Amino acid sequence: MSAAALTLAALLAAAAPAVGMKRVPGGSYTPFIAMKDERPIPVAPFELDERPVTNAEYLEFVRAHPEWTRSKVPRLLADESYLSHWAGDLVLGSEAAPEQPVTFVSWFAATAYCRELGKRLPSEAEWELAANPPDESAEAKAEAERRILAFYARPRSVLPRAGVTPPNVYGVRDLYGVIWEWIADWNASVVPMDPRGGASAQEFCGGAAIAAREPESYATFMRFAFRSSVEQHFALHHLGFRCARSAP
Amino acid sequence: MRELAALLLALFVAGACERPKTGGAPPLGEIDPASLPVVEAELGHAPQAAPPVKRNHPAKVVVKLEVREVVKDLADGVQYTFWTYGGNVPGPMIRVRRGDLVELHLMNHPDNAMPHNIDLHAVTGPGGGATSTFTAPGHQTSFTFRALNSGVYVYHCATAPVGMHIGNGMYGMIVVEPDEGYPPVDREYYLMQGEVYTRGNFREPGLQPFDMQRAIHENPAYVVFNGRDGSLIGEHALSANVGEHVRLFVGNGGPNLVSSFHVIGEILDTVYREGAREPEHDVQTTLIPAGGAAIAELELQVPGTFVLVDHSIFRAFNKGALAMLKVAGPENKLVYSGQEINEVYLGERSPEATAALEKAREEKAEGETLEAKMSRGKAVFMGTCSTCHQLEGQGLASVFPPLAKSDFLMADPQRSIHIVLTGLSGEVVVNGQKYNNVMPPLGNFTDHEIADVLTFVRNSFGNQGAPISPEEVAAVRAALPKPQPSGHP
Repeated sequence: MSAAALTLAALLAAAAPAVGMKRVPGGSYTPFIAMKDERPIPVAPFELDERPVTNAEYLEFVRAHPEWTRSKVPRLLADESYLSHWAGDLVLGSEAAPEQPVTFVSWFAATAYCRELGKRLPSEAEWELAANPPDESAEAKAEAERRILAFYARPRSVLPRAGVTPPNVYGVRDLYGVIWEWIADWNASVVPMDPRGGASAQEFCGGAAIAAREPESYATFMRFAFRSSVEQHFALHHLGFRCARSAP
Repeated sequence: MRELAALLLALFVAGACERPKTGGAPPLGEIDPASLPVVEAELGHAPQAAPPVKRNHPAKVVVKLEVREVVKDLADGVQYTFWTYGGNVPGPMIRVRRGDLVELHLMNHPDNAMPHNIDLHAVTGPGGGATSTFTAPGHQTSFTFRALNSGVYVYHCATAPVGMHIGNGMYGMIVVEPDEGYPPVDREYYLMQGEVYTRGNFREPGLQPFDMQRAIHENPAYVVFNGRDGSLIGEHALSANVGEHVRLFVGNGGPNLVSSFHVIGEILDTVYREGAREPEHDVQTTLIPAGGAAIAELELQVPGTFVLVDHSIFRAFNKGALAMLKVAGPENKLVYSGQEINEVYLGERSPEATAALEKAREEKAEGETLEAKMSRGKAVFMGTCSTCHQLEGQGLASVFPPLAKSDFLMADPQRSIHIVLTGLSGEVVVNGQKYNNVMPPLGNFTDHEIADVLTFVRNSFGNQGAPISPEEVAAVRAALPKPQPSGHP
């Protein structure tokens, strides 16, 4: 490696210490809302950012790519709420602390950010696998469910800083307890707009999802309902992201 | 916009070709959406009902509902994160006329964490509007429907998980007046029953999370009117006057329980059960299903406080399903005499206790003399304490310690007060003798009663000591630790 490359790497590291990535072993993911005869999806081992992307990190990205500042971004790629909590194109201001997760970002923006770092958004299968370690006991799952529900029920007018929650068995933090997160295939979450019938009656019936893998998993219902309600240009107060990449 | 235009066109065409008929009501007339007068809906905020429509022609009514996720008091000292239409539970009452075209806008506040939608039971169409109003936080949607059937209807959120959205407070009422409207009355009120599934038990303090297991087991900690324990109690009670005719729009958001709606001390003179066009009369208790509503009308003949309950009565007294209607005005003794007799009925009661009670009553007017305190204290003692400590305070050897000439009793008045308030269990030594038993707490007695009974025992059975004042009892009571939430954090 040349001295110049070393210097550049050191400079980059000083400017923005990269977020750690945690390895999540592969496995299989059974979709929460499974069609009849649907088989588990194989998931290859991958790496996942240990916490969501922060305002400070996103600001660096926007500095390097002015086309993603809020005054320049096309409405097709991010709606008018995009980075609306920042004080300016390149100023965080009092509503957006550097260490808080960045929110008010669209799926397009999140995708571009990850690509810039040689990463990508995690798929639904990857995200859910990382968030629901398959070897957890039933008790641990139930306790996690209670914690997640309690979190979902709390008001979230002020976001905590990223990386604040304890790591799970893979060392990944904040999958619950901080924000919603974009996934690559957000539009694959098929909670119908009216979950009790209509176009997807074969999936849902009579107010309870007969096809849902765990009809008591209210927290998962809420996550899937949330994903179903967004479109790729939406920028929302509680919606941020983290990046993933396939394991080497 | 294109969908809306198509819908309006479809309605217009349908109106032109065949008149919608609904349940035996007169057929609705044709409408031309473009030429309908446009009015902004006047909403009713519980317990106030929305004002009557007072129109004899159809209109296009624009309704705007904003969804807010807010922390509000569920009971004194208890908070809950409610999901609401408009910031309150229930959501605002919407009131339109049969045949109206209703343009409904749903705004999901940007600070909200959840997507939401709305299903109005007054809608004829898939999902009752739910499919057309699925809205992410920071977005808004709208759709239009024609109110084909008159009646009183519940609306609610139908986003997964549906039960949780309703249980968190997302319900309200839409009234579709019949062509001629409802007969005028003196007052109209709007209330809705609903359950809340908190982790903590009834009135356990703090910000309480939703409890999924309780919801699935249909075992709520709270069953309340208008979203809060005590929402319509005391200074917040509904009010009316003797001689008035009162109409109650009563809905049940659920999500699980049906309501046996009853007004204690009144008969529901007129009930539009489920909002049906033909009313019923002289109803004692009317069933309001989860996701249902009724109109209940009262003619008020006598004054007093009338208590509105779910007559599944433990809900009223242990879960909050209780509201009040205070009626002012002159008595009508020919309808209700009030209490005419209240005298002692001996039954199985001991003559000693009865005599003491009578003496206490005689001396009531005499004020706070020691004798008066002793007399009242004796009544309490005979009625409660003497069961264990015996009539002469002698106790039961090796079982219940004596109060008579008791060194333990007389040594520490504060301790005595504390024991009466909180009970006592475990070993104590009284006059050199060990006792190991349990005394139940008697904290339900008033400070006065406890002061009196302690004054009595400290000056009876050979004891002599300073009287205890209600203030001393109050001080000890105030220093007791507050009940702590149990269960999960």
